[in-house]
Amino acid sequence: MTSYALFLGCTIPARQPHYELSARKALTKLGIELVDLENMTCCAPPPLQSIDLETSLAIAAYNICLAEEADLNIVTLCTGCFESLAIANHLLKEKPELKAKVNKILANAGKEFKGNKEVRHFLQVLMNDVGVNRIKMDVVKPLDKLKVAAFSGCHLIRPSELLHFDDPERPRIFDTLIEALGAKSIPYKNKLRCCGGLLRGYADDVALAIARDKIINAHNAGADCISTLCPFCFLTLDLGQMLIKTTYKEEYNMPIIHYAELLSLSLGVDPKELALEFHKVKTDTVLEKIS
Amino acid sequence: MTEEKLEKPTIEDFSREITRMLGGETITYCYQCGTCASSCPVAKTTDRYNPRQIIRMALLGQRYEVLNGDSIWLCASCYNCQERCPQKVEIADVIYALRNMAIREGNIPALYAEFANGLMSEGRLAPISKFLEKKRSDYGLPPLKPTGVEALKKIFSATGFDKIFFKKGEQP
Repeated sequence: MTSYALFLGCTIPARQPHYELSARKALTKLGIELVDLENMTCCAPPPLQSIDLETSLAIAAYNICLAEEADLNIVTLCTGCFESLAIANHLLKEKPELKAKVNKILANAGKEFKGNKEVRHFLQVLMNDVGVNRIKMDVVKPLDKLKVAAFSGCHLIRPSELLHFDDPERPRIFDTLIEALGAKSIPYKNKLRCCGGLLRGYADDVALAIARDKIINAHNAGADCISTLCPFCFLTLDLGQMLIKTTYKEEYNMPIIHYAELLSLSLGVDPKELALEFHKVKTDTVLEKIS
Repeated sequence: MTEEKLEKPTIEDFSREITRMLGGETITYCYQCGTCASSCPVAKTTDRYNPRQIIRMALLGQRYEVLNGDSIWLCASCYNCQERCPQKVEIADVIYALRNMAIREGNIPALYAEFANGLMSEGRLAPISKFLEKKRSDYGLPPLKPTGVEALKKIFSATGFDKIFFKKGEQP
C-alpha cells in the first residue's frame, strides 16, 4: 500500500468537509493510505507571500520537514497548498544558497530542510500511483450521462516551470481523469482562465465579474456541472452564484463539484456520506444523472 | 511636481531595490511587449490593473506611485502572465516583491492584516468553528491534529515577520 502524509491546509477542514470526506473515501478505496501528521500549519499561500516571501518559504519548508521526519511524501487536496509547498520544495532543492538561508531560519524551530521528499497533488497520485486503468475498473456507477466543465484552477498548472504538473496551455491530466469515470469533459471558452478567487475581500466586484464569466462560459457550453480541485475556486464559483443572483439578478444553478466527489460517487460511495449539504448550489441535477 | 516627487530616489535606485528583493530579481528583463496585460484576466475586467504598466512605472522609478497605489493589490496571482512572458520576467513574483515592499512601508490592506493575525494565533488561516467540529465528527472525519503554531512563532521572530507586521505597539 502506498502511504502519503495528507496535507489538509486551512480551508478544507474549516469549510469544506465534503471535499475532505470524498477525497479520504476515494483514495482509501483505491488503496492509498493517508497519514495525518501533527503540527502542520497553513501552507503560506499568496496572501502570506504578499506580506513576506522569505517567511512564506520558511513556513512551507517547515511543513515539508514534518513529512521528511515521518519519511513520507506529501499529498495535498487544495491546489493552493500544492503550489506553495511544491514551489518551496523545488526552489530549495535547486538553490543551495536559498536552502542555507531558509535552514538558518528553520533552526530556530528545531527543523532542517533536507530535500528528500516529494510534494504531490492528489491528481498525480491518481495518475501515477493508482493509474487510470485501476480507476476505470473500480467505477461502479459510470457518469456517462454527465457533461463536465473541468476547471483545475491556476495553481495546479502554473507556473509550469516550477510545478511540472501538465502542459500549461493544453493540460490533459484532469480531463483524462474525468473521462476515466465515464463522464464527458467538454470544451468551453476560457477554460484555463482564473476564477478571480484571490481578489475576494480586496476587490469583490472584480472577483465576482471574473467568476461570473466562468459560470456563463460553462453554462453556454451546456455543462451539467463545473468540476473543481481547489477549495477557493469552489467557494468563488459556488457561493459566488448566490452573489451573482443578488448583484446581477441572474440565476445559473450550475452545480460546482469537486473532482473527489465525482470520483467517490462513481466508486459507489453513498451520496449521504458525502456532506453534500455544504454546497450552496444544490447538486440534485447531477445526482439524478448518476443513479 | 510636488516636493515629495523631487525627493524620490533615482530611476536606477528603485530598480536595484526591487531586484534585490526575493521575487523581484527578473523585473529589468521586461521589454514592454504587453503579453502579460493581454493574458491577464483582471486587466480584461477592470482598468484598475495592468501588469505591463506597473512594471514600466517601477522601471521608471515611480516608487511612491507604485507602492502606495491600489494597482499592485489587484493581481489575482494566476501566473498566466508569468507563464507566457517571452522575457521570462517572473511577473507574479515581482508583484509579490512590490507588495512585500509596500507592506514594509505600512501599506497593509485590512484583509492581509486579518490573515496574518489568524496565522500568528492559530497556525491556520481559518479557525474551525464548533459547528464544523460537530459536523466533522457526525460524518466520521477524524479529529484535527494540533497545528505547529509555536514553531511558526519562532519562524516569525527569526525572519522579523512579527516586526514587519506589527508596528507602533500593535503587537497582538
